[in-house]
Amino acid sequence: MKKVKLTVLSNERLTKDVFEMRLGGDVSAVTRPGGFVDVRLEGYFLRRPISVADREDGSISLIYKTVGDGTRAMSGLGEGAVLDVLTGLGNGYDPDASGDKPLLIGGGVGVPPLFWLCRELVKRGKEPSVILGFNHADEVFLEDRFRALSVPVAVTTADGSRGVRGFVTDAMDDFDYTYFYACGPLPMLRAVAGSSRTDGELSFEERMGCGFGACMGCSVMTKNGPVRVCREGPVLGKEDVIW
Amino acid sequence: MVKTEVTLCGIALKNPIIPASGTFGFGYEFAELYDINCLGSISVKGTTVSPRFGNRTPRIAETPSGMLNSVGLQNPGADAVVETELPRLAAVFDGPVMANVSGFSVGDFTAACEKLDAAPQVGWLEVNISCPNVHGGGMAFGTSPEAAAEVTRAVRKIAKKPVIVKLSPNVTDIVSVAKAVEDAGADGVSLINTLIGMRIDLRTKKPVLAEKKGGLSGPAVRPVAVRMVYDVYEAVKIPIVGMGGIARAEDVIEMMLAGASAVEVGAANLTDPFACRDIVKDLPAVMERYGIEDLESIIGGAH
Repeated sequence: MKKVKLTVLSNERLTKDVFEMRLGGDVSAVTRPGGFVDVRLEGYFLRRPISVADREDGSISLIYKTVGDGTRAMSGLGEGAVLDVLTGLGNGYDPDASGDKPLLIGGGVGVPPLFWLCRELVKRGKEPSVILGFNHADEVFLEDRFRALSVPVAVTTADGSRGVRGFVTDAMDDFDYTYFYACGPLPMLRAVAGSSRTDGELSFEERMGCGFGACMGCSVMTKNGPVRVCREGPVLGKEDVIW
Repeated sequence: MVKTEVTLCGIALKNPIIPASGTFGFGYEFAELYDINCLGSISVKGTTVSPRFGNRTPRIAETPSGMLNSVGLQNPGADAVVETELPRLAAVFDGPVMANVSGFSVGDFTAACEKLDAAPQVGWLEVNISCPNVHGGGMAFGTSPEAAAEVTRAVRKIAKKPVIVKLSPNVTDIVSVAKAVEDAGADGVSLINTLIGMRIDLRTKKPVLAEKKGGLSGPAVRPVAVRMVYDVYEAVKIPIVGMGGIARAEDVIEMMLAGASAVEVGAANLTDPFACRDIVKDLPAVMERYGIEDLESIIGGAH
């Protein structure tokens, strides 16, 4: 973990309530796809934990949904604003754990951390496929960027307004995969784990106090005992989860 | 050169800054960030005789200038603390630590205290009779002067180390509880634990916390804590460890003027892992700004 000041390079709307903020500065502690950063916002006591959607030399990208006053305030920050950020939090995915053909499954704002992961998998010579699940066509984001990586992409929407009608699990059987990586709401993760034919990793979300393991606010019980979602997580192995 | 040393129940501290129980784990993870030997002491995660997972999540809610928690004393149990956690801390922290102990019966308290009292790393026992997040115990002992005195007497009888009793602010008269534990043999008191609060989510129209209620901490509670430390200082002779919303060196001085011999820093550690280090670093300059040469000389100075 490293506490750094990062500068807002851009902060743009991707959909009605999803924004992408690019932050520049010392991001040397951000090394693992599936990890997160914890952003201090003026006027809010607790930091906002947000997964890292992508990382380049000297910058990271955060894609977040405006769910409350804090993230709404964050969406109003302009270029040049300086933020106090704890970087390099969480265990992240293990890109080396999968076989040749990993399947990436994201739902809603669970999609962003899979983008950086996908780039890392491609870099390792693997052939990932991607399923992106949303409720409605106007909520779809990042599809183009995944397609630009030349990987197979399936989009599902609950109401059928785009791609496959239904949930991400309705598209899983269309792929031949050796391992899976998932991030999304709890019911989606449960369904994915139940439908999957292989081992895999799932990223969980919990309300956090500190984000770095001090308060035990985000603990969940696993088959290996209690873990802190912020520290031993947010990514847990399929076999460790108690549903 | 200002003097930041203080004494707590006969044990010297290089400064009065102590991370509060439940906000600093067992300390050693913070040693990855900075040399924690700069701290006066560390009050480690509240320990019970048996391991506890704690409450369901969500356990955390944000509030104006503070937060609610309902963690519910998650800890690996007294044996694991003595055998694993305290030795790990001792590898990176030289000073005596404060062992924070909780229980659901007098027997629970004495059983856990006995194990921790024997650990060489422990300087003080901090007996938590004020946790608002567990049912059938915890705070129940801290809301009645008689029950508080009973736990204190029982622990005092078996402990060799100084016994500091952590008091609940969720009472009509904290002074009567403080006096009761002093009469029962407490070597010190620490206050305040968190104030019971609640937040309701407008979208779900239900409480944010799974346990509905939780303990409020952070700068929002500081004036309440200062007032209670001030009141207790007037009534007891034993030293007071003051806590509640301390986030800056200035807050330390305010709490000591109210009557605290040392302070604990809680919620601030969760918003900034370097909070205690920075308070320690800032303290001499802030003392100089207010013309304070010897920190110990200002204890209770507001009276």
